[in-house]
Amino acid sequence: MATIESSLKNMLLTLFVITAIAGTSLGFVYKITKEPIAAAKAKKQQDAIKMVVPPFNNEPGKEVMTVTSKEGLPIKLFPAMKDGKLVGVAVETASNKGFGGDVKIMVGFKPDGTIENYQVLEHKETPGLGTKMATWFKTDKGNQSILGKNPGKDKFTVSKDGGDIDAITAATISSRAFLDAVRIGYESFMENKDKIVKGGAQ
Amino acid sequence: MNQWKNFSKGFFKENAVFVLLLGMCPTLGVTSSAINGLGMGLATTFVLTMSNLVISSIKSLIPEKVRIPAFIVVIATFVTIVEMLMQAYTPALYDSLGLFIPLIVVNCIVLGRAEAFASKNSVGASIVDGLGMGLGFAMALTMLGSVRELLGSGKLFNFSIYPEDYGMLVFVLAPGAFIALGYMIAIINKMKKA
Repeated sequence: MATIESSLKNMLLTLFVITAIAGTSLGFVYKITKEPIAAAKAKKQQDAIKMVVPPFNNEPGKEVMTVTSKEGLPIKLFPAMKDGKLVGVAVETASNKGFGGDVKIMVGFKPDGTIENYQVLEHKETPGLGTKMATWFKTDKGNQSILGKNPGKDKFTVSKDGGDIDAITAATISSRAFLDAVRIGYESFMENKDKIVKGGAQ
Repeated sequence: MNQWKNFSKGFFKENAVFVLLLGMCPTLGVTSSAINGLGMGLATTFVLTMSNLVISSIKSLIPEKVRIPAFIVVIATFVTIVEMLMQAYTPALYDSLGLFIPLIVVNCIVLGRAEAFASKNSVGASIVDGLGMGLGFAMALTMLGSVRELLGSGKLFNFSIYPEDYGMLVFVLAPGAFIALGYMIAIINKMKKA
């Protein structure tokens, strides 16, 4: 097929030219897509925050506070304020105890620690089992909902482990990871509550 | 070979999934729902068409001994472009397919068509071949995804057909992919003989 001889010079030259063109065009596409990618990520975060805390009118994405939990996981706290008053905190928290790796969720707490809502951000749990966590803990059925509960008062472990929450059918490990992430988020929030409230008073 | 034959062979006679059994990794991995299958299929179609186009137009400039590395660089470039575009403009699709997009680089169909077709044929024929093969692949993935989604979770393209509780979970998981694919290949073979 090739009409060019496979000499060392030809091979080097061809590969060099091809990789140079490939590199240049990739750099070009990267430059074009850089902003939309960042915007898409920010929007996703913004939507998640909006969903889990009461209506606010500040910009939680810009007032984010990053702390490290006792387990060494980075936790992000997004304070949501309305007219300068703290109405809730969206906590981006995670657990590494999932069935398929890390489970990353966004939980919204009211200032007293009651859970307003949550959203699952990232996970690699089993489709059809662990993935049900996206809606399971919001469904008002038996003891499976965590909305309106407070990790400071209620026992946030699955009922099998003596807790107050019903685990997802056939996905106890995913449920444990989920509740673990909620607990870590709650603890990080409580530890840093003073700082957040102070920040909001300014 | 006329262009129509060239185009349509990818759908039935030489379908990448059902007949050639190429690209099994994305086939089995992403087809847990119809929409995932379609997205993966279209992303592959784009890469396949573009790499066929480029490779057929530069084929006479590549020394034979380094043709495979050259093809891989071309293919990888287009895959990365697709990945970045998806991430920027269809973040939802990227969330569910993100993990598998880089795997298009090593999808045997793409390299296979580059080696077997684009490096020997004209630019026009290569584009048609890439489109046909890619859309055939997309069709196969969508069919497989539909079957698995319908049997596994009672939905089709995310529309509920029957309550999810009655779904056979195994079809959403990896073994279901093998079972569904096996039956589909059997049906296609039967049809071919008839």
